[in-house]
Amino acid sequence: MYGYAGSILRVDLSSGKTWPEPLTEDLVHNYIGGRGFGAYYVYKEVPPGADPYGPDNVLVIASGPFAGLFLPSGAKTSISAKSPATGLYGDSNIGGHLAAELKYSGVDAIVIRGKAEAPSYLFIDDDRVEIRNAEHLWGLGSIKTEEILKEELGDEFQIATVGPAAETGVVFACINHDFGRQAGRCGMGAVMGSKNLKAIAVRGTKGVPVADIDGLKKVSSAAFRELLEDPALKIWQDLGLAQVTTWSNSIGALPTRNFHENFYEDVDGLSGEIMRETIVVRDKACFACPMATGKVCKASFRGKTVLVEGPEYETTALIGSNCALSSIEEVAYANYVCDELGLDTISTGNVVGFAMECFEKGIINKEDIDGIEARFGSLDAFCDLAYKIAAKEGVGELLAQGVAGAAKVWGDESDRIAIHVKGLEWSGYESRGAPSMMLAYMTCDIGAHHNRAWSITHDIEVGRDIIEGKAAKVVEFQHVRPLFDCIGVCRLQWVEMGFPLEYYAKLYPVITGRNDSWEDLLVKCERIWNLTRSFAVREREDFGRKDDWPPRRFYEEPVPDGPVAGSHITEDDLNVLLDEYYEARGWDVNGRPKSETLERLGLKDVAIELRKMGRIS
Amino acid sequence: MGVNIDVLRCTGCKLCQVVCSVANFRENNPKKAAIKIVSKLFTEEVRYDVIVCDQCGECIEVCPFDAISMVSGVVIIDPDICTNCGICVDMCPRGAMFTHPEVDHPIKCIMCGECTKYCPRGILDDLAPHDEEEVDE
Repeated sequence: MYGYAGSILRVDLSSGKTWPEPLTEDLVHNYIGGRGFGAYYVYKEVPPGADPYGPDNVLVIASGPFAGLFLPSGAKTSISAKSPATGLYGDSNIGGHLAAELKYSGVDAIVIRGKAEAPSYLFIDDDRVEIRNAEHLWGLGSIKTEEILKEELGDEFQIATVGPAAETGVVFACINHDFGRQAGRCGMGAVMGSKNLKAIAVRGTKGVPVADIDGLKKVSSAAFRELLEDPALKIWQDLGLAQVTTWSNSIGALPTRNFHENFYEDVDGLSGEIMRETIVVRDKACFACPMATGKVCKASFRGKTVLVEGPEYETTALIGSNCALSSIEEVAYANYVCDELGLDTISTGNVVGFAMECFEKGIINKEDIDGIEARFGSLDAFCDLAYKIAAKEGVGELLAQGVAGAAKVWGDESDRIAIHVKGLEWSGYESRGAPSMMLAYMTCDIGAHHNRAWSITHDIEVGRDIIEGKAAKVVEFQHVRPLFDCIGVCRLQWVEMGFPLEYYAKLYPVITGRNDSWEDLLVKCERIWNLTRSFAVREREDFGRKDDWPPRRFYEEPVPDGPVAGSHITEDDLNVLLDEYYEARGWDVNGRPKSETLERLGLKDVAIELRKMGRIS
Repeated sequence: MGVNIDVLRCTGCKLCQVVCSVANFRENNPKKAAIKIVSKLFTEEVRYDVIVCDQCGECIEVCPFDAISMVSGVVIIDPDICTNCGICVDMCPRGAMFTHPEVDHPIKCIMCGECTKYCPRGILDDLAPHDEEEVDE
């Protein structure tokens, strides 16, 4: 099959068996790749009610048809499983070189189930696949583990690892790769750790066949010319995503002090320019990416000097302004601590910011937090809490459950300011002044993450106080943006540099030889969206509108200051957003897909299953 | 002789490798490239290395079969004569003779210049043909 390596690698860690299965036409036709493959396997193979940490959960590591090819940034691997953070379908994607290497080894996706008896790592060298002992790596940091495996196996191996936080089962433990890239969200690292799987190492020597190599050369050559001649490229290469911080602050969207505000008065210390001047030591890119937004930085704290990739925008937003740190070097150091422990920086920034606000407001006292002086602006407190969380020691045991879990113990007043949807902490865009972005967070299938529909620019374009008519744009974004996660390409060129979508539409047929139009591909994304929603509906009898509801802070407190001071979204507004959204999706008023919607999308079996369970009518 | 590459500006994207394989083997397979990016991220230097032939010609001397020659300043392997014995691979001072299980001779840079057109940092210009206009696609 053109554009694909042609096989799914099955791994059963309980029995220690691995075997390849041929990639099927059905799977490719209906689900494209990447996140689509993840959604398919997680829906099909994780039984309802399965423990996310149990052997029945499957971890799917999938590339897409564009990955590893001569085109801009075919670097994305999607990692999916039932999420311990939400108890629902979860996925997170990662850049670097893993997707490409996986395909060169002849594998489009790895589907891992079971649990290894002892700490293990998965070794793939073309057709040679082994489950190897990893006891010598257990307990080590994510970056250290990659370094050791690179020494043992050689630089050509691409390696994904988990840190101590995944071993203890922190719900927001991430997967690390390529020094400092992470599949951060939804606790995919925790799932990997629960399977006693410390790392995956892949090397391959095979080529990836495409339908029309001359066509690929022609389209990609024009694509690269356009990107390389764009004057904006140099700015991205210099500043990376760190340049988003001051922009986000200027529009009143930068999470500040646990989302109390969206404007940070000390933002200058966190800017991309300051970062470049003071701590960047190297520019670093994912596979075939001209933007090179990766920035390796040097940071010192408590007499220790470290190297870390980052911080990029999300980390700066959630650890920087959200915990009110004052310098980008402090953020970089905290970023290092999270990376090595294997903690998602977005969720960790939320959890620590939440703890700091609870402490400062007196919702908890010093004894509740192991005597840590958890005040905003304290990097000491951040680091102390991060280590406790990863070790699940003292208060870390509670905070390792995320803000939703912690709020259950710290009470109603803390629940009001626990910033999450469905159990996943909110990423870097405070949205009281951006209704479509708010709706995007509310309805994102994995919880409060921005990447499915980053529609804040739409709010700015058409009016930030307008509610009506916003849902359609969110739905549109929720198909086109995840399409990138299916084909295995980074969307930053399109999103940040205005690189035309037409290039991807032209690349698809020359790579795959398939005659799907761009619109056809978007319908497949709609199918995937409905499948992950159906997973939630199947999972929980009471799943519905209440699960799409944002934290109370956002409708009980107007924005206190900054460019959108006074912005406020009401419960009525939220209901209007959801009503329009469900209508546009063909879901009922409680947010459950209607039978006819599922059937229109080729999900008849799913419709029958959910009807039999009495979950949909 | 020699090529000047500012390795400290290399971002490790490996686009050059995939471009090379497409240009010379009509295949998306960076393992068949005549250029190789090696990560030194885990060392004190925190950088990438760009491994590529500098046309020094030492392999011409060591080849027992006279399969390698210098043509207009470019070291060329004649695949019809080459026995893939591997001596040039072992002896190359830059480690820039690459092997691949599907290719029956070492792979080396012939200065076709394709990678220079795409390097996002423009650091590979020295690998373009020196004495004529850049050949367009």
